[in-house]
Order: sequence, then structure tokens, then C-alpha cells
Amino acid sequence: MPGFPSLPKRLHGPSIWALYILGFAPAIWAFYLGATGRLPGNPVKEFEHLLGIWALRYLIATLAITPIRDLIGVNWLRYRRALGLLAFYYVLMHFLTYTVLDQTLRLSAILVDIARRPFITIGMAALVLLIPLAVTSNNWSIRRLGQKWSHIHRLVYVIAAAGALHFAMAVKVVGPEQMLYLFLVAVLVAWRAVRRRFLRWRRERAGPVRSQPITNQ
Amino acid sequence: MPSTRVPKIAATDITPERFFLNRRSFIAAAAGSLALGPPGASRAAALEASASKFTLDEALTPEKDATTYNNFYEFGTGKGDPAANSANFKPAPWTMKIDGLVGKPREFGLEELLAFPLEERIYRMRCVEAWSMVIPWVGFPLAALLDKVEPLGSAKYVAFETVVRPEEMPGQSGYFQPLEWPYREGLRLDEARHPLTILSVGLYGKTLPNQNGAPIRLVVPWKYGFKGIKSIVRISLTETPPPCTWNLAGPNEYGFYANVNPDVDHPRWSQATENRIGEGGFFGANRRDTLPFNGYAEEVASLYAGMDLRANF
Repeated sequence: MPGFPSLPKRLHGPSIWALYILGFAPAIWAFYLGATGRLPGNPVKEFEHLLGIWALRYLIATLAITPIRDLIGVNWLRYRRALGLLAFYYVLMHFLTYTVLDQTLRLSAILVDIARRPFITIGMAALVLLIPLAVTSNNWSIRRLGQKWSHIHRLVYVIAAAGALHFAMAVKVVGPEQMLYLFLVAVLVAWRAVRRRFLRWRRERAGPVRSQPITNQ
Repeated sequence: MPSTRVPKIAATDITPERFFLNRRSFIAAAAGSLALGPPGASRAAALEASASKFTLDEALTPEKDATTYNNFYEFGTGKGDPAANSANFKPAPWTMKIDGLVGKPREFGLEELLAFPLEERIYRMRCVEAWSMVIPWVGFPLAALLDKVEPLGSAKYVAFETVVRPEEMPGQSGYFQPLEWPYREGLRLDEARHPLTILSVGLYGKTLPNQNGAPIRLVVPWKYGFKGIKSIVRISLTETPPPCTWNLAGPNEYGFYANVNPDVDHPRWSQATENRIGEGGFFGANRRDTLPFNGYAEEVASLYAGMDLRANF
């Protein structure tokens, strides 16, 4: 893997913790600004939207780990769990901001929103689907569930698609930003669909000499 | 009803005679500052306006919020875009054309518009996105302008158009165009002639900042904010309902009437409550109930007597 010096093994663990700390930084910083009256305009909406957009970014980053390994040969698999969990925590904070700060716990209004507004229904479904993935994001569950674990975790593709759709359906006019996220998710889902065929084709082209073993994670 | 009250005018509130005598020079100064001022922040000039009976017992939205949290897609779709991207917009010189079914079609220059007797009107502003503000507008009744052009008996509607200047309005150029230009809006003639309906040339005692629709915009306080078309260059009287930009973009989401109505939800969000901007930050009690006709039911509900407000949303 030319051009990408690999991280010394002893730094793998700390680098994951660094990712968690950096990953929560946008939420913590925006919360600090909002709580101290430093977010202009509509601070609750600003915070809510920031959490949503970062959730979508972490979901996309989670899905990008495999194609990056396949195509560039850089293995960032050790960061995937942290990215997936960050996405979950951001979706959860996004939901809590909507229910507590935005709707001020008006339960009937929240239930009507979830039931009647398709973009909120879709967003809510994505949050619910994320729960089993977050709960099973540990080594014990992976050992315990075996093959079933990877089947369950394929739900992340549905969740990412739901997230991008939720974003596009929430705005008054679908603009470049919404298009970008829809596009990225579409490319990543498409990669999943053609990945096996691509890897087989590349193996065959390389001939009998196996340059690098590629395992199915 | 907290909607309007006639205030007792304190002696200190009565405009001294010297200001009246100075009105002409004052108007010239205001128009001049729009034309000659440096681009950007400090272009606003003070405007002389008399108090009006249209005021509120509610706290004004901080001026900073009213001038930095805006929807004006000609300058971009983000709330901060209009303030950030409108420095190169030139609100002067300006002419506004009035035509269509009128006896005396004509153009008004900016100085003529600023010469109408200006009043301060403190109105609630309810955006269709379920947030609201309280804004001290400076302006004059649209009816006063319509009187000067003598609408014909056949005129039933009033159509409005925003300026198109892609070179000064970044939202009107480039690959992504959020709406069809020019931005267009319309009112029924009786709505347009209602005393609450004003053409605004200022807010917070100063000329309109570019991001708020300089140099002249419509304010119809009982309707959602998108009806308040900005930077108007043309007003036409018509016999048939004029096309309206948001109504064309989403006919099931934005009606022609667009009267504030807590009982008729936008398909994608509730209109029962609203978030008052500039109040309380994260933890303040800033969500409040939305009032029918935005609190102006006493004045305007009769305009819609017998109409099904669910069908005519």
C-alpha cells in the first residue's frame, strides 16, 4: 500500500478513542454555543439540523470503510464500529433535540408528526432500525451471532438510504446539499451490489498469483 | 384580543413640528443614502415615521435576528445567506411600475415612494416554516398607492413581481435555481386594500436592509411570510388570480390565500404552534400557540366569510 504509512499497532486503540472524542466535538461545541445563547436565529433548529447532518456523515463514513479497503487498499476497519456508533448517538441526539428542545415534549404533536408526516416516519424508522445495530456493536455479540450478525448489520444500508431521504424530504426545495447525500448513499449501496463481482473479476484478472488476500469481513 | 389597541399618545411621542417641516429634506437624505452609501452594513438611514394604532404588547424581535435570519431565495436558501450575499445589491435608484387594470398606469421612483406618509406598524410575522417574529415595520398602506392609479371596476386581483438581477442576486444565477424567477405573489383586491396591508420601506426606524427586501416590500401580517414579496418592481391589477411562486412550486403545500391557520397543517409539519425567534435560546419557553389569522382575526376574518378555509388554504 504505497503512499499510506500504516499506523503503529500500539496507536490503534488510542486512535479509536481519539475518533470518539473528535466525533463528539461538533455536538458538544454546538450545544455549548446554543446553551449559552451564542447560536444566532433559531438555535434549536440549528442544533437539530447540525446533529442530523453529522449523523448522515458518520453513516456514510461507516459505509465507505469497505470500498476504501477494496479500491485503495487502506484498511480502516478498526474505526468502523466507532463511526457507526457515532452515527447512532447523533441520530439519538437529533431525536432528543426534536422531542425535548423543539417540540418541548408535546407528546400528541410528536406522535401526530411521526404518524402523519412521511419524512418524520422515515427518520423515526431509521432510528428504530439503528437500535439493534448499536446494541450488537460489541465483540461478544459478533461471536455470539456469527453469520447472523453480518445479516443484521446489512440494515445499515437501509438506514443510510432512509437518512438521506429524510433530509431531502424535510426541506422546502431539494438543493445541491441534499442531492450530494442522496448521491453518496446511492453510490455506496451500488458498490455493495457489485462488490463481489468486482472482487472476483479482479482476482481472475490478476491470474493464479494472489497478490493480496481479500477476506470478506 | 391583544391584536390591536389604540395607544394613548404621550406628549413626548408627538413628532415635533421641525421634523414635519424637514420631511422633504429627510426623504431626499434617505433615498440618497440608499444610492450612495457604502456597500454592506452601514447603508441603512433613519426614517421618519408617525406612530400608528397598529402595535402589540409583545416584545420586539431583536433587530439582529430580524436582519440575519431571513428567507430570500434570490440570495440563497440558507437563513444567513440573504445577509451574507446581498452586499452588492443596489436598491437605488429604483422604479416600481403599476399597470394592468388601472385608469392611470405609471411608474413610481424611490423618492416618490418614500414621500408617502410613513407609519410605524408593529406586526407579528409568521413564517410558513412555523417560526415567528415581531417586527416594527415602516411603511404606508398599499391602498394609498392603489388610489393614485385608480383601479378599474374589472380589477379583482393584484399581482406583484420581484426584481431579477442575477448579477447582484447570487441565488438567481448558477446551476442550482431553487425557484422560478421572477418571484411572484398576489392578493385579492380587497385584501390588498385592507388597512393592515402595507408596502414597507423600512424596519426598526431605518430603511430596509437588502436582505429584508430593499427598497420596498409587501407586508400582509395575517398571511404566511412568503406572501410578503420583496424588492418589488411591478404591481399589476388583474381580473383573474395571478400565479404565485410558492403555489406553483408546491400547490398542495402553499395555497394562494396562505392565511395563517393553526387548524390547517402544512403537509410536512404542524402549523398549530410556532417558535418565536430571539426568545429564550435553547431552554426558554419559545414555542407558543399560533393564532388564527396570526392574531388579526378581528380585523380580517370577515374578508373570508362563508369560505371553506381548509379548501382555500
